[in-house]
Order: sequence, then structure tokens, then C-alpha cells
Amino acid sequence: MSTSAANVLQDAVDGDEIVQGRSLWVDAWRRLRRNRAAVTSLVILTVMLLICFAGPLLAPYSFDAVDWDKVATAPSLSDGHFFGTDSVGRDLFVRTLVGGQISLLVGIVATAVSLLIGTAWGATAGYLGGRVDAVMMRVVDILYALPFMFLVILLMVLFGRNIVLIFVAIGAITWLDMARIVRGQTLSLKGREFVEAAQAMGVSTRNIIARHVVPNLLGVVVVYVTLTIPRVILVESFLSFLGLGVQEPSTSWGALVNEGAREMESSWWTLAFPASFLALTLFCFNFVGDGLRDALDPKDR
Amino acid sequence: MLSFAFKRLLAAIPTLLVLITLAFFMMRLAPGGPFDLEKPVPPEVRANLDAAYGLDKPLIVQYASYLGDVLQGDLGPSFQYVDYTVNELIAQGFPVSLKLGFSAMIVAVFFGSIFGMIAAMRQNSATDYGVMTVAMTGISIPNFVVAPLLILVFAVAFGWLPAGGWNGGAWQNMVLPVIALALPQVAYVARIMRGSMIEILRSNYLRTARAKGLPMRQVILRHALKPAFLPVLSYLGPATAGIITGSVVMEQIFSIPGLGRFFVQGALNRDYTLVLGVVIFYGALIIAFNFLVDLLYSVLDPKVRAQ
Repeated sequence: MSTSAANVLQDAVDGDEIVQGRSLWVDAWRRLRRNRAAVTSLVILTVMLLICFAGPLLAPYSFDAVDWDKVATAPSLSDGHFFGTDSVGRDLFVRTLVGGQISLLVGIVATAVSLLIGTAWGATAGYLGGRVDAVMMRVVDILYALPFMFLVILLMVLFGRNIVLIFVAIGAITWLDMARIVRGQTLSLKGREFVEAAQAMGVSTRNIIARHVVPNLLGVVVVYVTLTIPRVILVESFLSFLGLGVQEPSTSWGALVNEGAREMESSWWTLAFPASFLALTLFCFNFVGDGLRDALDPKDR
Repeated sequence: MLSFAFKRLLAAIPTLLVLITLAFFMMRLAPGGPFDLEKPVPPEVRANLDAAYGLDKPLIVQYASYLGDVLQGDLGPSFQYVDYTVNELIAQGFPVSLKLGFSAMIVAVFFGSIFGMIAAMRQNSATDYGVMTVAMTGISIPNFVVAPLLILVFAVAFGWLPAGGWNGGAWQNMVLPVIALALPQVAYVARIMRGSMIEILRSNYLRTARAKGLPMRQVILRHALKPAFLPVLSYLGPATAGIITGSVVMEQIFSIPGLGRFFVQGALNRDYTLVLGVVIFYGALIIAFNFLVDLLYSVLDPKVRAQ
């Protein structure tokens, strides 16, 4: 037996801090920290969030101010247009960051909507079981088969291109996967002792779902949330790319990529910067999601 | 088998009905109608227009008549392309989109499966990590970013391929859009194929096959390929949906006169019937395709067949 192992044993006998054991989260965090790609991605995402929300406040230009002397100028450090200007002379650096605010906000808010609906729906269906479960999941199946991107576009066409509507529409459609995953997990939790104990103590069904089932679902849900955010950002930028998302002068990465794609032959920077910000963010979210999945679900490795 | 098909068909019909109902009522609940122009038309003209399109009848009657029409395959007239019915526009645009989408699907399944298989057979090697990193890139970078880049490199810089247009579906015009459209699907298929192949390679019957001395090539082709392909097969439903949606953007970027382009133009011009018609048409297509995939799955997978 090596000395360190002996020490650990000794500590375990002497004190009680070691004996406490590690929670799932501490364990997962240790595994995640060893995953270099995931940690790097996490750092990049934090930096991305910071500069998107703090950057525009510090920059000398406003996102919708037109600089008539500098129309479609190349990036330069000397005049403060770090990413150059677009075809009507607006500062691309600030526009990229402001676009990032919208994209990230849509990603986070719409995912939160889907999280709320999906968890409530899935946990209820899974816990109650029987006919309620059958009907609730049948509804999910039917909605799942709908061509959802087209329905979102239809919604945009009919009710105007409103940012709040984008949040709600995307959130209301991505909850389906969440509901399925949560239901499956709930089914396996339902038979566990702590739920039986709560039932025996006469805890109401609603409280069992809220206090005992949902907290134990968090692991799966966290993984799924990190993978939903990039999907939602992608949907929003898809809509904005087609001109069906956010409206001028407000912008998002998708809208900027669309403008950039039209100008790319004469001014490459209008495509390059927003596109790399978008791609980098999606990339990092996917890496963090994969890393979390490995960290929280070791049997999958 | 027949009862399985029947059950699946019964599941597909309500989905279709929900789709049509949802789309119809969304359209009617929306503020503003297709005749709300900047210059208002005189009330008499408006009344005539409403009567001509049946907009003056009660909502439930409109719904019943629309449902009846749709079930007979009639999607009504287009509001913007005067003298065209939605059916005619679909008949004009869909063959183009079909050719594009079908080619992308073949490319995605073929290359995705091959890359996934290679990665699985050399699990945890540099090849594996390389393939998976490229796949992650394919998933992360949206195809509307990839497409302009492809144009920039192969059309503008080198001038090897045209930057857009359809030209009756000549292969030169198809290369770039098909690549851009297939790329994310190649990535997804590769990831799925790798996962299922790794599982199969570890299974007992495969060890038996190798133990009795079969060459690796034959082990893979005869024993591993079919079961490993099943998860890919069930991904074909979502893949179709992904390709159809992607094709909407590709047709826009490459100026291809397909159904997706009509759809976006219709959406931007508030051409209600066209948008509604295309949503229902594509919805029905996806539902039908999912049904086919389910059937195929049950033919190939004895476990499902037995149920």
C-alpha cells in the first residue's frame, strides 16, 4: 500500500471530511475539468458573453450610427473600427457584439422556455403514468412530426417579425425533446426508495414531482440544455439570414452573416467576423455539452 | 407486418390533421389580411375580393372547405402569383428541390457511413479524433456560412464552378449546393454510425465471426454493416427534415428556382396560401417519409418485426 493511500485511509478513520463522499456534481466537475476541449470552450464562452454585453458600452461607436466618411472600410486599429465598417458605414465591431447579444439572448431565453415546459410536461407524464402519460406523450409525438422550422416561419409571416415571438416560438417547439428525455428519466426514478418514502409520508403528488423527482433529473437536463442553446441560436440565425428574424436596425449574427455574404467579394470582413463569432460560439456550446455528458454519465464513455 | 403498417398509418393521419388545422387557424388569427395594402382598396372591391376567395363566410365553414380541398390535393390559388395555383407552383419548384435534396441525402448517407465506420474501426486513434473533430465542425458551422465560403473559394477565387443558378440541373451547378447541404448531415450520420459500429464491434457474435477466422473485410460487410446501419436508418427521418429546411437557404444563396425559393419569397411577400400550402406539402412529405422509414426499419430489424 502506498503512503498516500495509507494517509487517505488514516484520514478517513480520524476525521469525517473524507468519509462524507463526493456528490455527483463534485465528481462530474472533476471529470469535466480533465476534459481540455470542454474547459477551453467554457472559458471562450464566458469571454464571449462578457465582451458581447460589456463591449458595446466601452466602444466609441454606436451599433446604428452611420459614419459617412467610412463606408465599407477595411478593419483598422487606428480609426477605432476594429472589424471595419459595413456597406452603410456602421461599425462592424459593435454590430457583431450587439448581434451576439441578440443571438445569445435568444439562445438562453428560448432554451429556458423549453426547459420549463419540457421538464414540467415530461415529469408529470412520467410520474403519473398510465392513461395520462399515454395521452401526453401522444401529443408530443404528433407535434414532433410537424415540420417545425416551417411552422416558425409561418408564425413569423403571420404575426410580424417580433423578437419576443421568436423567443416563444422556438422555445415552444424545442421543449419536445426535453419532455421525452425527462419522462424517460422520471420513469426510472419513480420506483426508487426515496420516492416511496415520500409517498408513504403522505407528500402530495405535486410536491413529490417538484421536490424529489425534478432535482434528480438535473444531470440529464443540464446536458440537454447546453446542447439546446446552440440549436436555438442556429434556428434564430437561420431565420434572420432569410430576413425573417430580427429587423433593422437591430441585428443578430444570422442577419450579419446574410449581409456579409452579399458583400463578401468586395469586403470580406463583413462576412468573416460575424461568421466566426457565430461558428465559434456554436462550436464551444457543442463541446461543453459533449463534455458534460461524458462527465455526468460516465457509463456512456 | 401488415398490422404494424396499419398502426403506423393510423398514427400519421392525426399528425397531418393537426398540421393542417394548426396552420389554418394560425393564418386566420393573424392580424392583417393579404389584401391590406398600403393604399386601401374601395370597400366594394374589398367585398368582391373577399367573396371571390371565400373570406366572407364564417371561420368554421372556411376551415371545412379548406380541409376538404386539401384532402383532395387542392391547395388553392396563390395570392401573389396571380393566375397560378399553389399546386402549379409546387409542381414547378418541387422537382428542382427534390433533385437537390435527394443528391444531398445520398452524399450524406454514403460519406457519413464510411467516415463513421473508419472512425469506429480505429477507435481512439488520430484518425478517429480527426474524423470526429471534422464532424463536430460540420455540425457547428451553419451551412449558410459554409455556402458563401464555398462560393468564394471555388467560384470567385478559382472559377472552377458557377456561383449560382440552376441551368436545368447541370452537375457543375449542383456540386456546391449539394456539398453545403449535405455537410451537416454527413457529420450527424458519421457520429451515429461510429457510435453504433463501436457497439457492434464489441458484441459477442462479432467476436465469434472473427474467431472463426473470417477476414476483417468480410466480418464488417457481412455481419456488422447491417445492424450498425439501423440507427442511421432511423435518423433518415430527421435528416430529411434537415435537408428540406437547409434547401430553403441553399436555394436562396445559389439562386436555384426550387420550392424553397418560392417559399421564402412567399413568406417575405405575405403570400398566405402559398406559405400555408408549402408548409402542408412539406409536412405531409416528412410524415410520409417517416412512415416509410418505420416500415423499412421493421423489415430490417427482426426485434421490431416481432412486436
